[in-house]
Amino acid sequence: MAGKKLSFEQSLSRLEEIVRHLEKGDLPLSESLSLYEEGTGLIKSCSKMLDEAEQKVVKLKKGPDRAPVELPFEDEN
Amino acid sequence: MEQQTLTVTELNQYIKGLLDLDPMLGNVAVRGELSNYKIYPSGHHYFTLKDSESSLRCVMFKSSAVKLRFRPESGMGVTAYGRIAVYPRDGAYQLYCTGLMPEGAGDLQVAFEQLKAQLAAEGLFDRAHKKPLPAFPGRIAIITSSAGAAVHDMIRILSHRWPMAQAVLLPVRVQGVEAPPEIVGAIRYANEFKVADVIITGRGGGSIEDLWAFNDERVARAIYASELPVISAVGHEPDVTISDYVADARASTPSNAAEIVVPDQRDIRDALESFSIRQDQALRKKLMSLSQQLDAYRSKRVMTDPAAHIDNRRISLDHVRDRLVAAEERNLASAQQRFVGLAAALDAMSPLRVLGRGYAIAEDGQGRAIKSVKSLSPGDALTVELCDGRADCLVRAVKENE
Repeated sequence: MAGKKLSFEQSLSRLEEIVRHLEKGDLPLSESLSLYEEGTGLIKSCSKMLDEAEQKVVKLKKGPDRAPVELPFEDEN
Repeated sequence: MEQQTLTVTELNQYIKGLLDLDPMLGNVAVRGELSNYKIYPSGHHYFTLKDSESSLRCVMFKSSAVKLRFRPESGMGVTAYGRIAVYPRDGAYQLYCTGLMPEGAGDLQVAFEQLKAQLAAEGLFDRAHKKPLPAFPGRIAIITSSAGAAVHDMIRILSHRWPMAQAVLLPVRVQGVEAPPEIVGAIRYANEFKVADVIITGRGGGSIEDLWAFNDERVARAIYASELPVISAVGHEPDVTISDYVADARASTPSNAAEIVVPDQRDIRDALESFSIRQDQALRKKLMSLSQQLDAYRSKRVMTDPAAHIDNRRISLDHVRDRLVAAEERNLASAQQRFVGLAAALDAMSPLRVLGRGYAIAEDGQGRAIKSVKSLSPGDALTVELCDGRADCLVRAVKENE
């Protein structure tokens, strides 16, 4: 679980799982604490992702080999 | 005076000449019912126009027939336009038809209904074929005009709701004869190069002619064939197109498509806040129950003060117990410290502390969070958890959002 980077969606479902485990209350203290710590880290990283997200808009053009080429898009409005 | 004798050809030519000179017959509009409608391999259409008492033979050459926007069928009431002339070979006059208009509805309306019925019969609108939209798309392909308000509105809403998603514009013309092939090409291209996780295609409002590309059969089939889920977003709320029926999701407007395709970051922040509160409460509860166990253990020890005649044993036993208790206390103290530290870190970094603003978790009898009204029926008991306690509730009615 720890170590590899989870996507936003995976982070949310892992958080759901963690909270459920914790709420059952039958885990040993040390495991509860590890889960809590993991949950805190995930909440923090998700919030950070949201805070730092900056929208990117590109316009696609067909390149010489047909593969897409990204161009900046200037909103004409 | 001797009567002049004519050949058949001469007579027919004479009559043809008479009719050709008549100004009214050169441009007629005639109402009737289509019967015996036949399309020949040459592309010419042959049919009879009739009413209750009379019939008129008609021909529509390929050059006029290709301009028809609906499919004429026998039994259909129409107005036919054209000129009356003689077909000398048969010695019969007929209507050389240059245009047909269905009676009642406009031709575009009829064309729409015909294509809708045909594609429905082929199963292009079947629910089973509709693909789910990704919950958190990373890239969103927008197939529309690069000018115009639609693309602007979509980009603005996407950036407010979910700036983590990248908008990928594939510019196309959205009206005129070039529009359908360009839209089809862009949908296929987006699939071929997997340029996004989901496609929005559409345009802003306009007349039925302006929106016509999204009633095109080729566009409908390209949407159906798309492996990437497609959201159709054409015109204003009341406008419904064939694309809307065949797409995996229909948005009432381009702006609405931007709302459908991504989550709202405010909801996700609320969800994160809820996780934070729930794991906090769960751990607090755990620590509290351990504290109580420790207290119980301490008082037991006091009560089991041993008799004096086993001093030695008592002393060593007490010694062990003291160490045990001390170890437990240290363990708990450090756990509490760790928890306080983590909770503080969480509080410090997060704006997610607004529990008091009416946040609640609904749980079923097994303590599982209820995420959808689909799992609820009237009469179900559930528990609603608020920041300072819980309330047992009974479901009176269930209303699902449209």
